[in-house]
Amino acid sequence: MPKFIVDGKEIEFQQGQTIIEAAKAAGIKIPHFCWHPSLSISGNCRVCLVEVEKMPKLVIACSTYATEGMVVNTKSEKTLEARNAVMEFILINHPLDCPICDEAGECKLQEYAYAHGKGESRFEEIKNRKEKRVQLGPHIKFDGERCISCSRCIRFSDEIAKANQLTFIKRGDRVTITTFPGESFDNPYTLNTVDICPVGALTNNDFRFKSRVWEMSSNNSVCIGCARGCNTEIWVRNNEILRLTPRRNDGVNKYWMCDHGRLNTFKFVNSEDRIDGAFVRKDGQLVKNEWEAAINYAAKELKKFKANEIAFIGSPYSTCEDNFVMLKFAKSIGVTNINFLEHIIPGNQDDILIREDKTPNSLGAELVGIKSVSNGSNTDATLRSIKEGKIKALYVMEDDVASFSDEWEQALGKLDLLIVNAANQSKTTLLADILLGASTFAEKNGTFVNFQGIVQRIKPAVATEEMDRALDGMNMSRWDKFGTKYDRWMQGHKYNSKPSWKIFTLLSIELNGKLKYEMAEEIFNDIANSVESFKGLDFDLIGEQGIQIKNVNAGKRMEVKNF
Amino acid sequence: MTVKKRTEDLTFFQKIYVAEIGRGLMLTLKNMFRPKVTMQYPEVKFIPPASYRGRPVLVQENNGVERCVACGLCSRVCPALAIEVQASETELEKERYPEKFEINMLRCIFCGFCEEVCPEEAIVMSKDYELVFTNREDAIYDKDKLLTSVDKLKDRLEFLRKFK
Repeated sequence: MPKFIVDGKEIEFQQGQTIIEAAKAAGIKIPHFCWHPSLSISGNCRVCLVEVEKMPKLVIACSTYATEGMVVNTKSEKTLEARNAVMEFILINHPLDCPICDEAGECKLQEYAYAHGKGESRFEEIKNRKEKRVQLGPHIKFDGERCISCSRCIRFSDEIAKANQLTFIKRGDRVTITTFPGESFDNPYTLNTVDICPVGALTNNDFRFKSRVWEMSSNNSVCIGCARGCNTEIWVRNNEILRLTPRRNDGVNKYWMCDHGRLNTFKFVNSEDRIDGAFVRKDGQLVKNEWEAAINYAAKELKKFKANEIAFIGSPYSTCEDNFVMLKFAKSIGVTNINFLEHIIPGNQDDILIREDKTPNSLGAELVGIKSVSNGSNTDATLRSIKEGKIKALYVMEDDVASFSDEWEQALGKLDLLIVNAANQSKTTLLADILLGASTFAEKNGTFVNFQGIVQRIKPAVATEEMDRALDGMNMSRWDKFGTKYDRWMQGHKYNSKPSWKIFTLLSIELNGKLKYEMAEEIFNDIANSVESFKGLDFDLIGEQGIQIKNVNAGKRMEVKNF
Repeated sequence: MTVKKRTEDLTFFQKIYVAEIGRGLMLTLKNMFRPKVTMQYPEVKFIPPASYRGRPVLVQENNGVERCVACGLCSRVCPALAIEVQASETELEKERYPEKFEINMLRCIFCGFCEEVCPEEAIVMSKDYELVFTNREDAIYDKDKLLTSVDKLKDRLEFLRKFK
C-alpha cells in the first residue's frame, strides 16, 4: 500500500483516498464542517486547510487526494493560523446564542471554537440579521443566522434522500437556505439533516428545547419501526425517552434513519396507556393484582384446557428471546398451535431504508421456529379454529391482534380465556381475561434479526421496577449517578412490567418447572445451541454492530442486499 | 520532656488579684458607654451588604418576564445538583424560557457558581438568609418563590457589574 506522512507519522492509504479520509483512518483528526464521509465533497467551509510540503498554498484536506510520499502537516504554525482565521471568519456572523441553542454540547462549531478559536472577535459591526424560526418542513425549524452554509443538508437531501428540496439562495454573507418554491422539506428522511448540521441551524421540532444534551444518558438500541432495524441511540432523562438518534452501522443503515422511526417508535414507552402491572378480570373489570397472584391464576386457568384447545400468538415486535421462550413454554404444555402475525404494508418501502415489513423481528421470530401468518390474514387456521370453537384459550404476546380486522376482534371475544402480554392498551387488551404488563424494547436485553439476516442487540435504556439503572448496566447521566429518591429529577415513573420471556418463565415455574431462565443472555445461548442459523453466536460476538447469520433458509423474508 | 519550673512566683500584690479585677471592671464599664453591636433579631433584621450570598433567586424584569432563558448552565455547574430546569418555547425574542425552575434548598450550598456562570444575569444571590421549611418537599423552591423583581436586586446587580 502507498504511504504518505502526516504530522511526521507515516500512514498507509488506499489509492483515491483524500487526506482527511486517510488521516481519519489512522486516527488523526482534521477539523471539518462541510465534509461528511458519506456525502459528496463540497469544500466550502475551509476549516480543514492543511500544509502540504512543496505546495505553494495551503490545501483543503477533504478534497486533496493523498499521494505517495506526500508530507502533510496538520499542526504547523501556518495551518493553525489559517484555521484560526477561518474560525474567526465563520464566527463573524454566527450569533453568540449557545445558551438558547439546542445543538450546544454536540456542536462542531462550539467544539472547534473552543479548540482553535481565538476567543475574541475583531469584528465590531452589527451581525447580519436573517430569518429565524423558519418552518422548513413538518419536522424541522431553520435558524438562518446560525447557518454556516456548509451545504451538508442540501447534499444529504439530494444524494441520500434523493429529494431535491433544499437550496441556497442569495450570495455572500446574505446566503441562506430555503426550499424550492412550492416545496416543503417533507421527505421521509429530513431529520437526519438535524444530526449532520454542524451547528444548531436545523432543529427537530419534536425534541426542540426538551433537554440539554448533557443531561441525558444514551444507550445503544435498534429501531423497531421496520424490518431494517436501524441502529439507534436512546436518549433518556428522568427515565423518560426524549429522542432517538441513528448510530453508525455501515452494513445496515450507515449514518441514517427515517423520520417515522425517529419520531413514532418510542413515545409509547412513556405514554399514559402503559400496562402498569398485572391485571385479572373480575366481574367484567380488569383489576390490578400482584404479579405472583396473576401468574398463579393464569397457570390455573391454562390447566383447565386441553393442549389442543390452546393457541399461542407470538410477535414480530418481540425479541428472539421472547419468541423462543414462548415457543418452548407452549411446547412444554403440549401446545402446537403457535403462530405470529405479519405486519406488512405492501408497497410501503423504498430503496433507501424503509421496508414494507413494519416489524423489527419477523425474520428472528421465524428463525427461532414460529410460523408466520401472512399479514393477520382472515383465512388463517388459528382464526378459523377459534371461530369454530376448537380453540378456546389464546395467549397473545405483545401484538394487537384485535386491530387486524373485525373478524379477529369478534373471534377474540368468543374465547373462554384470553391471556395477553402487552405494553400498551389496545383493542386486544380490552378483551383480555388476564393482562400482564410487558417491557418494551427500551426496557430489556435481547436480539432482533433484520431482513438482511443481521442479528442485532437491543439494550435497556429505561428502568422498570425490576430493572435498576446501575445494576443492569445502563449508561447513566450525571443526574442518574448522584440522584436520590428525594430529588424530583429522579422521580420519573418506573413501570411495573416484565419482559415476556420472564413472564413465560414464571408461568413455567408455576406449571411444570421446565424453564429456568434468569437472563436474556442465557436464552440466547440456548437459541445458539438449538437453532442452526444462530450456531456459534453469543452476545459478545454480536457486539454493537450486529452479525450476519449463516446458512439461513428463511425464504422470502431474507434479502441479503447492501444498501 | 522535663517539666518546666516556674522561674518566678507571683508577688503578693499579684496574688490578691484586686488590680486585675479592677481592670476587668473598667473594661465592662467602658463598653457600657460604647454603641451597641448586638442586634435584637428577629425584631431587628440584619440587612447584609451587596456582597452577601443569600439564597439564589431569579431576576424578573418589570414587565413581568423572567430573564432566564433556561440554558441549564446553572444546573450543570451546580456542585450540589440543586437546580433543575425544564425549558420550553416562547414567542418572545429570547425563544426559550424556563417552564419549570426548581432549586432544592436542602442541596444548595450558597457557592454562587450559578450566578457566576449565568450568561443572562438571570440568577443572582439575594440577601435572603431566612430559610425555613419543615419537610423535604417544601425545601424545593419553584418559580413562584424564586422570581424576584429586578428593583429588589439592584444592590447585587450593581455589585456584580463592578466586581464579577
